[in-house]
Parts: sequence; C-alpha cells; structure tokens
Amino acid sequence: MIIAEIPKEEYIKKCTSACAGCSSSLTLRYVFKAAGPDTVLVVPACCTSVIQGIYPNTAMNVPVYNVAFAAAAACASGMSEAFQAQGKKTHVIVYAGDGGTLDIGIQSMSGAFERGTDFLYICYDNEAYGNTGMQRSGATPLGARTTTTPAGKTVEKKDIDAIAAAHHLEYMATACSAYPQDIFKKVAKALTFRGPTFIHILAPCPPGWRYPTEKTIEMGKLAVKSGMWVLYEREHGKLSISAPSKAAMKKPLPLEDYLAPQGRFNGIDAKSLETLKQHLAANLKKLAAEEALA
Amino acid sequence: MKEISTGNKAIAKAVKQALPGVVAAYPITPQTEIVETIADYVTSGQMKSRYIPVESEHSAMAACIGASITGVRTFTATSAHGLLYMHEMTNWAAGARLPIVMANVNRSLGPGWNIWAEHTDAMQERDTGWLQVYASTVQEAYDTTLMAFRIAEHNDVLLPVMVNLDGFSLSHIMQPLDTVEPGDFIPPIHLPHAIDTGNPTGYGGLTGPDQHYKFRWDIERSMRDSVKVIAATEKDFAKRFGRSYGPTENYRCEDADVIIIAMGTFGKEAEVATDILRKEGIRAGSMRLRWFRPFPDLDLTGKEVVVIDRDYSFGYGGIVAHEIMAKNHCEVYSVIAGLGGQEVIYDDMAEFVRTRRIGEEIWFGVNDHV
Repeated sequence: MIIAEIPKEEYIKKCTSACAGCSSSLTLRYVFKAAGPDTVLVVPACCTSVIQGIYPNTAMNVPVYNVAFAAAAACASGMSEAFQAQGKKTHVIVYAGDGGTLDIGIQSMSGAFERGTDFLYICYDNEAYGNTGMQRSGATPLGARTTTTPAGKTVEKKDIDAIAAAHHLEYMATACSAYPQDIFKKVAKALTFRGPTFIHILAPCPPGWRYPTEKTIEMGKLAVKSGMWVLYEREHGKLSISAPSKAAMKKPLPLEDYLAPQGRFNGIDAKSLETLKQHLAANLKKLAAEEALA
Repeated sequence: MKEISTGNKAIAKAVKQALPGVVAAYPITPQTEIVETIADYVTSGQMKSRYIPVESEHSAMAACIGASITGVRTFTATSAHGLLYMHEMTNWAAGARLPIVMANVNRSLGPGWNIWAEHTDAMQERDTGWLQVYASTVQEAYDTTLMAFRIAEHNDVLLPVMVNLDGFSLSHIMQPLDTVEPGDFIPPIHLPHAIDTGNPTGYGGLTGPDQHYKFRWDIERSMRDSVKVIAATEKDFAKRFGRSYGPTENYRCEDADVIIIAMGTFGKEAEVATDILRKEGIRAGSMRLRWFRPFPDLDLTGKEVVVIDRDYSFGYGGIVAHEIMAKNHCEVYSVIAGLGGQEVIYDDMAEFVRTRRIGEEIWFGVNDHV
C-alpha cells in the first residue's frame, strides 16, 4: 500500500491542542481514515482528552465519547450492544493511552474482551502518563526516567500483548506511529472482525521521551529498526511479523541508536541496558519461533 | 394481575415491562435476584433486551452510560459496596444527563461484612445528581420502578433515577403484587443528545472554568423541574392504575402533635407505631419520606418531629434528621436505628416517641443520650 491510496477525508482537523511532534494524534488520523465516518471513538482520560479541543470546540469529525479513566472498554461494551440492539453497524473504537490500558483500565478491558464485545480497542502507547506530565506507567520501559522514576524505572514494561492474547482474540496487532500505511491496514482489517480486537501502537512522545519534535517519525522507526518494538499481527492465533520488522529482525540496529537520542534514557545503568538487550533478543527469538510454527 | 412476589422480583417484572434496550449489571447480595430474574427473562426470550454481564459495578455503570448515550433505555441494579464501587460513574451518568434507572437494594457497608439493610450506601450518592426514591412495599417497589423510567427520560429531567429498597426486609419478603399493563404510560425514549454519527459532536470533553459551572447549574435546574414531572407522573399513574404515593406518604399527620419521619420499610412500620400511640392518647402521625432527591418541602409547622435515621454521617449526625432540620429550621429528636439490619419494630418506634427529647440524638441499643 502506498500513502496515496489512503483516503483523503480528514476526521481530525488542524486545530487540535496536541503538542508539537505528537505522534498519537498522527496515529489517530490514520485510525479515523481506516474506520470512516460511521464510527464512535470512546476516550478515557489520556492525551486525546486534551488533543480533541476544549468545549464548545472539537477537532474531531466523528462523535467522541469521553469517559472516566478506568471505564473506556466497559462504556464501549454498552455502546456496542446498544448499537446492535438498534440494528446499527457503527464502529465502536476505544482509543486509550497506556495508563488507561495497562494500569487503571485493564480490568474493564479484560472484561470486555472476555464477553466478546464487538469493538476495537486501540492502546496508543507513549510509555508513561503523558497527559499529566510523564509519570511512570506499567508501560514505561526498564531504565527510563519519568517524573516518578527520577533515577530510572527499576522494573520492566508489562507485556500487555500477552495479556490481550490470553483472551483468545480473533485479531490483534502491534503498530507504530511512524508506519501510517501499516496502521491503516491493521485498523481496517481489525474492523472486519466481529467481536473484540486489539491494536497496540507505539507512539513516541517528544516532551516525555525528551527528543526534538522533528524527530518523532525517526524515533518510531528507530524503535522498530532496533527491534525494541516489533510490528506483527496475530490472526486466529497465528502470528505474522509485519514487513518493516521482518526487515529489521535480519539485522537490528544497535539498541543504543534508539536509546541515545532520548533524554529519558540518559545515564541508564549498565545492568539495565544489558537486561533490555537480553530481553530484546529473547523477544525477537520468541516471535520468530512463533511465526515459524504458524 | 395479582400475585405474590418478593421486592426484587417485583423490580425485575417492572423492568421487563419497561423493556430497556440494555441491562448491564453485576451481582451482589441482596440484589442478586433482580439480575438473575432479568438474565432469565432475556435468555428465555421473554424480554428482548441486551444483557451485559459485566465484571464489576464500575463497568456496570460505564456500560449503562455507553448504552444510554446511543439513545436506548437502560437499567442496572446494585447494592452497598457495588454502589460505592460505581460512585465515579454515577457522577458521570448524571453529568452526562443520561436517564439510567437503577435499583439499589440498601445494605450496610463493611467492615465487618454485613449484608443487611442500611441507607448509608445510597446516602453516599446524595450529591451525585441522581434522583432518589425509597420504596416501602413490594407493590411500591414495582410501581416506582415503572414511574422511574418515565421520570428519568422526561425531557425536563434527563437525569438518572435510583429506586431504593431495603435489603432483605423488602428485597426478599413476599407480599401481594398487582402488576399492570403499562401500555403508553412510559412513552418511547427520546434522548435529544443521543450519538448521531451523521452529526458528529464531542461528549464530555475538556470544559473550562468559564463553562463548567453552567452544566452543574443545569443539573440543579432539572432537579428542581423534576418535582413537577414526578407529581404529573404519579397523578397519571393513579389515574390509570389507581395507586398513588406522593413525595411523602403521610399517615394521620393532619392533627398530629408529634410526627415520626423515616424512609423505606421503617416508614411503614411507623404507621403501626402511630396507631399504638393514638390508642394511648398520644396524637402521633407518620410521614414516610419517599423522595429524598429532590428533597420534598415538608410542612412541619407546630409539630414535634422524631426522625429515624438508618444511616449516619460520622462526626455530624443522622443524615435525614440533619437535612430536615436544615430545610425546615427546626429541632428534631434524632434516633439512629436499624444500622446493619438491627431489628427495630413498631413497639420500639412508639417508645422513641414516648421518650422523645427534642434537640437530642440517641443510638438505639447503645445509649439513651449522646
């Protein structure tokens, strides 16, 4: 797919209150393009709560339902069932940050997955509570400095994808804001399934990760090219690694190439760095083996 | 149709007749029979609603919110800890102006675990923007649930309604129930702000200090307007089905010197106490507070008032007693009784009246004076 094949319609207008270089709003642009106008976006507390604009204005051209932090997936459950009760085929998409997914929202997400709710859950992951000024979340990687881990996080990132996979989803995927065609294709595909689907999208954050705003695409690409973030789909349990990661896995860039431009990893201790490298290698090996089995 | 029913079953029957598009609920004692009965209605095809067996009460209310904003009728039921667990979302439901109807089976809060009746659970929802009504009989629980949908969904209200019934002493007791054919008593729901993907808008986004208070005032305005809607709904109900209740149910109050005020099943028990006292020559009356939000205007001029609170605000006092004192600029004899299902019978209530000391508070079973 080339970028020109992506629909020209814009559902997120050029009047958001996003930070310069925000990749989550960029991601959302392609999510909307793939979903089309008959869509409701359910948004818990997260950066998108702010990005959409301040009442009475909105930058979004589809209905956006804002709901409490822990409640997005449950709210989407009710909405999805109610649309079905009315014979409507409206897409219900949760667009939640990593805090609203891995931490406070995990219970309602798990419940909605288990009940077979017909909806798409998208977690855009900037690896911390970005909206409130970068406090650590369950998605913050080992060694990263946040305002609540000033000496670097001492524990690892939660494997939310394994948790999601444990719900026997018919379709789940990972994506990254630096690969818009990949996001478009995966969202469009997810919406062809009935029942719960999940897409976990890495969304680098310039103020939070502390890199220059113009590097936001480069940062996403470095995450993939270093193997720190792997793009894949799991359809009916079968894993297929997406092309950019397939290429990267043949010869990943050194992890330092990804970490060094980010202020949050400044002064990371050698032990944490080594652990990150080991786990990165183990993850690539595990995913390659899973794909080979499929 | 006449039958015998528990309070819980009566609620479920009323919900079945109101036919919500979505019911989302989580089981909790003593509410379980409501959700079990509804689940059975839905599974057996007697009720064409969507039933969402959520994983928590927080999610129950969140699912009701998500369903309601699409414009469908929505119901849930809970109790005690469940109600408190969904507290964040009860605020959201009212703020989002969603006419969700919820049955709350009043129960005490732990620790220690106690599953019996108390009103402190619902009192903690006092300031959320929900209308609150307390039933005292199985029939009233049924009638009030039917009325609750019409009131909540009325264009001048568009606020959620909580129908309260005492755990076990109403939820589980069997009493005669006369069900009705509601017909067009509950008109089809029309939510003016329902989601329309053809006309996209934002819901509940960032609202600054220059705007937010206006939405708060709008809740209060509708709460005030609901008084008329409740009265009109009760009047129409009485006309169609022959039963009426009112914001308070007054028993022998006109010539009374002393009035017992209580809510829920205690309010009915107080009528028996009134008769006992009358026989003794004490001109007593009973005023059962039915609607707690909006709080009714009470005429207590020239009366002594004994308030039985099945709830408490620690460091302050009986909640109903203090609301009555504040609203009516009067002194009352405040009795704290029935917490955690403590047994209080009409003889006890008669004794509260005989030994009343206006301006004081007692805890029944603990001491005479505090």
